[in-house]
Amino acid sequence: MIPVAFDYTKVNTVDEAVAALVSGGEDAKIIAGGQSLMPVLRLRMAAPEVVIDISDVAEMQGVSDAGDAIVIGAGTTHHAVMNDPLVKTHAPLIAMTTETVADPQIRHRGTFGGALAHADPAGDLPAAAVALDAVMTVAGPDGRRDIPAKDFFVDYFTTSLEPEDILVSIRIPKLGEGWAYHYEKFNRTAQGWAIVGVAAAVKRQNGSIEAARIGLTNMGPGPVRATSVEAALAGAAASDDAIAAAAENATDGTRATSDLHAKADYREHLAKVLTKRAVAKAAGV
Amino acid sequence: MTEVLDTSTPMGRPLKRKEDARLLHGQTNWTDNIQLPGTVHMAILRSPMAHAKITKLDVSGALDQPHVVAAYGAAELGDLNGAIPCVWPVTDDIQMPPFPALAVDKVRHVGDAVAVVLATDKTAAYDALEAIDVDYEPLPAVVDMEAALQPGAPLVHDGEGAPMSNECYTFPLPGTGIPYDEAKAKADVVVKRRFVNQRIIAGYMEPRAVVASPMGMSNEMTVWSATQIPHILRVLLSLVTGLPENALRVVAPDVGGGFGGKLQLYREEILAVQLARHLGRPVKWTETRSEDMVASHHGRDQIQDIEICATKDGKLLGLKVDLLADMGAYLQIITPGIPLLGMFMFPAIYKMESYDFNCVGVFTNKTPTDAIRGAGRPEATFAIERIMDELAAELNMDPMKLREMNWIQHEEFPYATIAGLTYDTGNYEAATAKAMDLFGYDELRAEQEARRASGDPVQLGLGISTFTEMCGLAPSRTLGALKYVAGGWEHCTIRALPTGKIELITGTSPHGQGHETAWSQIAASILGVEVEDIEVVHGDTGRAPYGMDTYGSRSLAVGGQAIKKAAERLVEKAKVIAAHQLECSVDDLEFVDGAFRVKGDPEKAQPLAAVAFEAFSAHNLPDGVEPTLQAEATVDPDDFSYPHGTHLCAIEVDTETGKSTIRKYVCVDDVGVQVNPLIVEGQVHGGLAQGIAQALYEGVEYDEDGNLLTASFADYLIPSAADLPSFVTGTTVTPSTTNPLGTKGVGEAGAIASTPAVINAIVDALRPMGVTDVLMPASPQNVWRAIEDAKGGAA
Repeated sequence: MIPVAFDYTKVNTVDEAVAALVSGGEDAKIIAGGQSLMPVLRLRMAAPEVVIDISDVAEMQGVSDAGDAIVIGAGTTHHAVMNDPLVKTHAPLIAMTTETVADPQIRHRGTFGGALAHADPAGDLPAAAVALDAVMTVAGPDGRRDIPAKDFFVDYFTTSLEPEDILVSIRIPKLGEGWAYHYEKFNRTAQGWAIVGVAAAVKRQNGSIEAARIGLTNMGPGPVRATSVEAALAGAAASDDAIAAAAENATDGTRATSDLHAKADYREHLAKVLTKRAVAKAAGV
Repeated sequence: MTEVLDTSTPMGRPLKRKEDARLLHGQTNWTDNIQLPGTVHMAILRSPMAHAKITKLDVSGALDQPHVVAAYGAAELGDLNGAIPCVWPVTDDIQMPPFPALAVDKVRHVGDAVAVVLATDKTAAYDALEAIDVDYEPLPAVVDMEAALQPGAPLVHDGEGAPMSNECYTFPLPGTGIPYDEAKAKADVVVKRRFVNQRIIAGYMEPRAVVASPMGMSNEMTVWSATQIPHILRVLLSLVTGLPENALRVVAPDVGGGFGGKLQLYREEILAVQLARHLGRPVKWTETRSEDMVASHHGRDQIQDIEICATKDGKLLGLKVDLLADMGAYLQIITPGIPLLGMFMFPAIYKMESYDFNCVGVFTNKTPTDAIRGAGRPEATFAIERIMDELAAELNMDPMKLREMNWIQHEEFPYATIAGLTYDTGNYEAATAKAMDLFGYDELRAEQEARRASGDPVQLGLGISTFTEMCGLAPSRTLGALKYVAGGWEHCTIRALPTGKIELITGTSPHGQGHETAWSQIAASILGVEVEDIEVVHGDTGRAPYGMDTYGSRSLAVGGQAIKKAAERLVEKAKVIAAHQLECSVDDLEFVDGAFRVKGDPEKAQPLAAVAFEAFSAHNLPDGVEPTLQAEATVDPDDFSYPHGTHLCAIEVDTETGKSTIRKYVCVDDVGVQVNPLIVEGQVHGGLAQGIAQALYEGVEYDEDGNLLTASFADYLIPSAADLPSFVTGTTVTPSTTNPLGTKGVGEAGAIASTPAVINAIVDALRPMGVTDVLMPASPQNVWRAIEDAKGGAA
């Protein structure tokens, strides 16, 4: 369809973006790659009066090393993220997960921060972000502040960003040596949304699993950290049976919904199967 | 007998498509590219409700919006509000309720047209829709066919003269063979199943579009439309609007796919013509994809109760089919006839003593249905090929062996089927043998056994579909007997122009299939000219004398005949002129390599191009021969053509998640003589993709209130190349005897054959777990539920 008419402004700095948000209020919307916003506008599900283009904000581009973490600019495209040496070295789970997002054309336009701020429950990246305890750096009229990923995702398509806030960058702590990763995505067509996805980071030691971090996609209004699975895996044998037993806890704390592609009971079943597979693949079992 | 084709001609060669360079370089003329001075853009307000009274409709607010020229509801439109006719009243007592272009008083499906705005700016027209004041009083919607037939169900049509139920028609096939009960009494085994053939959309790449301009020559109204049927559209638009047919020119410019979805007279075409006429300026409309999902006709949507009976040795005795066919809210041009095309195909390639068929057409508050690729035959093929597998399982027989012992043997052709058709030729044994060889059937069966024995969570299933279909629509008398209003002939005019170029004007209307190349190959082979020297003109009632357009895999099997005949006639006339020029008798001439040569004196020759110039200058023509070198032919086919083939699918089913992955897909199709094997292969690939998509991905879903849930391609899943395997295709060539080229249709074959092969494979994989059917599309969730249900059944 055709969007409702809107004003368009392009900003060059984070401060300009915040100022534009302050002046636009609730009728303003940030656009980066436009891969989430444009469909919403075209379907007339949203009709902002002003669209603020941040794609030229230099500070929001690229990946940098911050010692114990890497920092990914919110405006970095998926394509750039998944091919970035720092990401591949220190946050391979982010690279692996990003590779499953949509298709190459979309990955060349869509951005890491855009996908997180859009907070689609079927989006892949929020699960990886919560699994890795990412921290969101946000700019607003009162300056900058950090929001842990677990507090960032609030509800369907809703984050703790205020209307005048902008997500500037995402800090991904380095987990260090000994960790291995896998993102298990289950969808119906190659570029389709995840029906369920499981982001797994596993640390192995001497034939057992020392620690694990599991994030679930599309098992509730936002990403879910599967803490019961993590607890069951800590110290468990790195075996099919032990992993399968731990994965039985995958539905703890989830609020799976029913939609066209899957009813809740099927999602719950998938969460267990896919958690088992994600952990086994990450652990090399 | 089919003549043996000379391999030195372009006929039968896998030439690359000559239209592709133009298509790939953007040198195309889509309807939406047409920009005429003074154009107004049309936007349509559509019903958000499946069934409601329009209690208030005030379009005046739209008139105050920028760039808006006019706005209409049904009241403002008055007599201009044309109605879409149904041209296939399948029974004498069929209910054919009115189908106005703009809804009058009531809306009957989500997407029903309520009001129209015209503006000089396209986006302004859309914006102005929001200024229309409309109130609806919701009415209960009927969505499910069986519920629709219950007494007391809400009526889709209840106005004056409307039916008192949601039954559109009941069509019983007058009994063929022995009575079914007699066949059943002789049977050792009876298998009965209910299959649901889900609703699908056509999903063409180019959305529908129309431009109507009253600015033609004299009083002519020119209509460009993204349609498959410019010629039929002209007749229908004339009948609906009252514009004289000879003052209407309909052009189908480049059309980006149709799959039956553009075999239609749509309300937007009527509105564009009426409003262009009324306003005296061009009117343009291009749909959005969201509109297409609700406003372009859907297809399939049958509930099939099918029963088959056989002896314990596997000999088929009888088949009984009871269909419910969803018409949707209105009848489009051939809505009621679609399931009846399938009526002929349920017995498929099999011999039996009895066949019983009944179809009930049902109105529901959903988008109307009509033809989509295969139109009736995929539904029938699905049901018969599925139940053959179920019967084989019941008999504990190999499903291919059951088919072999019941199919028509190649020496039995021509064969009069129990459904009343006469299949001219076929060789099911040859196609099957080749397919089994390419597939490695025995090895895959062994792997299946091994996986079953080891309890592998990923099970392997093998699916078979030995299909035939009837296409090349169609002998006009047959269509008449089926109460279809029009005929099924085709026309061609060929002109040899004085500069030596050939103009081939066909009444068919290609829309992406590669016909420009194939038509050129046929004509070039007969005329002895290069393929590049032939320009194919199609899809324009202003340039073609007449035609019946493109659908039902008819363009080659019927249109090709007309091309062949016209080309031969042109050679005949040219020969008379050449003999005069060369001062010899016609009998002394032979036509070789594009030139008439005196037998025994080949240096004495006149090329066709020279003859064309002589015919143009007309300075020295033989007595009684008219100037110009052109010929035409209009051909009514003797019968349908009957392509057939054997499709084999190996599928891996992840029993933990329910996900099915095609491991190998082999098909050997017999489409008779092939004009261009490369295009044949392309058509088979596309057909397979569409048929596999119905099996695994696509399905229109409504909620209980009649809201369309699959309203975008995010929810209506069309697979891409990444989701499909590499196909292994082969062919056998059994020439058809119903046309002089020996060809059969190929456009629909893959879509007809592949769906049951895939579902049979999935059920085959899961049969040891107690699964006997899986709902389409066989999504992971549907497969998982089938497994869970079977577990529950066993417990």
